[in-house]
Amino acid sequence: MSMPFFVPGDDPGASFPELLKRVGLHTEAPLGAMTDLSVPHATTCVALRYLDGVVMAGDRRATSGNLISHRTMEKVVQADRFSGVAIAGTAGPAMEMIKLFQLQLEHYEKVEGTFLSLEGKANQLSMMVRGNLPAAMQGMVVVPLFAGYDLRRETGRLWAYDVTGGRYEEHEFVATGSGSLHAGMVIKLGHNPQLDRDEAVELACRALWEAADADSATGGPDALRGIYPVIATITSDGWQRISDTDLAARYVAIAEEMRLRT
Amino acid sequence: MSQPFYVAPEQVMKDRADYARKGIARGRAAVALRYADGIALVAENPSNTLRKVSEIYDRIAFAGIGKYNEYDQLRVAGVRAADLKGYQYSRDDVDARSLANSYAQMLGQIFTHEMKPMEVEILVAEVAHDSTGDQLFHILYDGTVFDEKRFSVLGGDTDAMSTRLNESWSEGLDLGAALRAAVAALAGPERTLTADDLEIAVLSRTNGRRCFKRLADADVAVHLAG
Repeated sequence: MSMPFFVPGDDPGASFPELLKRVGLHTEAPLGAMTDLSVPHATTCVALRYLDGVVMAGDRRATSGNLISHRTMEKVVQADRFSGVAIAGTAGPAMEMIKLFQLQLEHYEKVEGTFLSLEGKANQLSMMVRGNLPAAMQGMVVVPLFAGYDLRRETGRLWAYDVTGGRYEEHEFVATGSGSLHAGMVIKLGHNPQLDRDEAVELACRALWEAADADSATGGPDALRGIYPVIATITSDGWQRISDTDLAARYVAIAEEMRLRT
Repeated sequence: MSQPFYVAPEQVMKDRADYARKGIARGRAAVALRYADGIALVAENPSNTLRKVSEIYDRIAFAGIGKYNEYDQLRVAGVRAADLKGYQYSRDDVDARSLANSYAQMLGQIFTHEMKPMEVEILVAEVAHDSTGDQLFHILYDGTVFDEKRFSVLGGDTDAMSTRLNESWSEGLDLGAALRAAVAALAGPERTLTADDLEIAVLSRTNGRRCFKRLADADVAVHLAG
């Protein structure tokens, strides 16, 4: 591959998607209606603020129609050291969007020699979602959540998106995907900004539990296979994923509580 | 119609090489050397913002000396080539050797075909999973590539600095010793360089996925004090 070299007036700058266009590697949205296409979908993700930052959580199930197509999908991923992104929607374009987004943040950092601000990152993602609009019109909708720790303001922040790339900053919590109604309700009832890390993780666990309980497309904790949701915290120390052993213990306790209730 | 004067091709190449060398000699030098945990890149650079040493990819770093705008252009092209390759294939497929080849071709092309050669010398370093695989590619203004095994000296009084490093370098130096050797080689017997005059970064095997890390002035001062 030859080295990408541009004259000053035509330089794509620090934008990786723009660079992909220049070298002819970006993909166009497919033409024609594909609304009955049976492709994997990813489901429930939540993010909430707590005292030191934010918690992000997502279940692991991907479905194609009535079938479970993947049990171990990771919908909540680290975007860079101080931010993460969670995706609900059509799995293929969603994973591609995550990959491009991670690359873009790293590419910017290397080319410019400095980090993008958290707001800048949220804005970048917004443009990527907007870029997916033609595909969304064909039924391949991708709706991400973005959360991170803002080093300048010294606080956790979170954003929700819609299919058109609309970007909405939320102050307490946000949920997306098919189980978002149930998960969001659990968080809404249990949330206050003074939650500590342990309480915030517990609340996220319960939100996903209730979503999995009421929504067939959301996967619950799977003790048989040892599959648990992806839950991570982002604070001034960066991204930290909660271990499966920790989550296993929490879900045993939650299950026990449910059993006593019935 | 007037005929242009005939100039022998040897003369043309010599003039260009002299021009490039003169430009490079005006700048300050840089050194890269292997140490126990990876590769240290040390540049004499009083600026805190205009970088000579930077990250290209997970295990690959870049150093450039000479004309800033020219080596910075090369640096950005390298970041782009690496990110594109990693996107298209996989992160494991991005390697210093192919990057060095691309740089060499580009510099060679510019040296023979453009109005003026680039007044730069660059280095592409890759840290391997164990120290036997570490690679240093030193590329000159005309596209000449050197594959160096222990250390690499860019610009300045190369011969004197290489001699000094030959004496002080040995296999498996720790970071402090490697930095002291590099700084002594850069400074020479008459000068002393402090953390303020230096830009230092390492490609360290212990850094996780992205091996590149800049050292803050305070850390550098601690290492140099030994």
